[in-house]
Amino acid sequence: MSATGWPLVLPIITPLLAASLAFGLRRWPLLQRSVSILGMAAMLLFTVQLLGLVADHGPQAVAVSTWTAPFGIVLVADLFSALLVVVAAFTGLVVALYAGAEVGRGRESHGFHPFLLILLAGAAGAFLTGDIFNLYVWFEILLMATFGLLVLGGEKVQIDGGVKYMALNMVATILLLTAIGLLYGMTGTLNMADLHIKVAEVDDPAMLTVIAVMFLLAFAIKAGLFPLFAWLPASYHTPPMVVSALFAALLTKIGVYSMIRVFTLIFTHDMAITHGALGILAVLTMVAGVLGAAAQTDMRRVLTFTVVSQIGFMLIGLALMTRMGLVGTVFYMLQDILVKVGLFLAGGIAVRYAANESAYGRLGGLWMNKLWLAVVFLIPAMALVGLPPVSGFWGKLALVRGALEAEAWILTGVALAASFVTLYVVGRLFVTVFWKPAPALTEAEAQARAAYAPTRGDMALMVPAVTAVAVVILGLGIFAEPVLALVDQAAQQLLDPTAYITAVLGPDAVPPAPTLIGGVR
Amino acid sequence: MDFVLPVLIGVLVACSIYLMLSRNLVRVVLGLSLLSNAVNLIIFTSGRLTRAIPPLVAEGGTLPPEGYANPLPQALVLTAIVIGFGLLAFALVLTYRAYQELGTVDTTAMRHAEPQFDEPYDDLSEARAMRHAAERGNV
Repeated sequence: MSATGWPLVLPIITPLLAASLAFGLRRWPLLQRSVSILGMAAMLLFTVQLLGLVADHGPQAVAVSTWTAPFGIVLVADLFSALLVVVAAFTGLVVALYAGAEVGRGRESHGFHPFLLILLAGAAGAFLTGDIFNLYVWFEILLMATFGLLVLGGEKVQIDGGVKYMALNMVATILLLTAIGLLYGMTGTLNMADLHIKVAEVDDPAMLTVIAVMFLLAFAIKAGLFPLFAWLPASYHTPPMVVSALFAALLTKIGVYSMIRVFTLIFTHDMAITHGALGILAVLTMVAGVLGAAAQTDMRRVLTFTVVSQIGFMLIGLALMTRMGLVGTVFYMLQDILVKVGLFLAGGIAVRYAANESAYGRLGGLWMNKLWLAVVFLIPAMALVGLPPVSGFWGKLALVRGALEAEAWILTGVALAASFVTLYVVGRLFVTVFWKPAPALTEAEAQARAAYAPTRGDMALMVPAVTAVAVVILGLGIFAEPVLALVDQAAQQLLDPTAYITAVLGPDAVPPAPTLIGGVR
Repeated sequence: MDFVLPVLIGVLVACSIYLMLSRNLVRVVLGLSLLSNAVNLIIFTSGRLTRAIPPLVAEGGTLPPEGYANPLPQALVLTAIVIGFGLLAFALVLTYRAYQELGTVDTTAMRHAEPQFDEPYDDLSEARAMRHAAERGNV
């Protein structure tokens, strides 16, 4: 590997090294926690550096062990993946900080931090790899780490949720592996940039579409698309809230990322089928998710269902395949990661004041004495709906504008209607947690709640974590211009992958003018 | 071989899907492991099958002999086997733990994360669920 390859490698190996260090330090919780937080901070630093490099000099690629593409594994960063790793690393830092106040000694000494760091390494690897088999490997690394985090603690609900999560996610990865194997059989390459070229030369496009649909199925399970999201509401509300926050923020987005990568770079040969299907799935996912959220009466499960509905919004732009649509998709994805962390973590604090009970009947009365909590909860909640002045507004504006420009009336209508239902869901949640009077408690219950309430030491970790997320969401909403400019470039790179392919394979390999004409309605 | 392997893969996939449709978690896990092996064979076959020409470069040469076997799918399968083994180990431990903690391997009786008894307005489904649980001895 040449010296210039380090910016791409560091975001992956930093959390891996920190994970092994944290594993060795598992008997010293404070030291371990510091390693975890410092590792995440270092990762954030390196990812920001990578983003700067990609923003200034275009997509970057490095051939690992100098096995040149398309034969070796390459790591590639275009603006889309560089932006995502930055947000992922920020999420990791916030979660590592908050975890000290939430997960407890038992879980920490049994490997919470190593799992967390490995998950982040897996996420960075999935975002940065330019090799489709390597993408599968990163998915598995991620999956292993999530298995660990999900069942760590071994409560009955966790085991139950873990069983469903395990079974359905294993089906997804096996499907992905099948699709990769068949694609390799047809094209003879695994390098994603090379696949872009080779796929255009395949003489059996119908077979290729079958493989594309297999990829779609595999990533749809991972991303939690209708009707394959059953594992998500079955498991996300079972582990500690901070783990739910991490899962809700990152896991489904990695599925969406892979979908966007594969369906912009590789499978653009028959968009009427593949992208048409994506549009239908986006509509159904938005509706199913938001109705699921409206039907639940438990804060954690409501939040879990909002994860599903938001995935539908993110797919609008990919289904349209227009510049405005992809701008919306990329921006929405980035801000939704932050929104999910903010909502789940602020919700986690609210739940702590209710002795970890999250049913609507057991919540309430936090407005008067926890006003700051209401504010840091309200900011991501507003972004979830898409209200100005926070970040979600710009994402939804771009998505809806993209859909209108493409004259995709059904997508537009459903997106707006689903947003209204989201407003109802979030409004009801906010009223329940903050404005409704606190439920009447027995003496014993009041004592239990006092015991669960965050201590001063907990607050020293929780408050900065949650506030940082809220500030970033608000900042993204008010100073959206520079980020939107970057996102616009990222969308252009997705629509016209010439720069990506040049970075990986050199200038000679670029195929003639891109064949993308408009989108699918 | 080009005929035998696809048939074998088909049989393996069919068996694994049959197993995964079961409510018994042990069968589901067995089905998953069978499926991952079937997929390994898919990758192996998709690398084209050749006979008796190993991909080895002769001394002093720069290329392996003409018509050599494609070594890449084997490397991929090896990776997939290792990962599949890790996942299978976890799945088995989780299944055993679920049996210990929840007292059953019947997935329809695992309702701790998504309880079905919280719907007082739907007495019929509750009665049905209770009867179902009682029949299986899970109450």
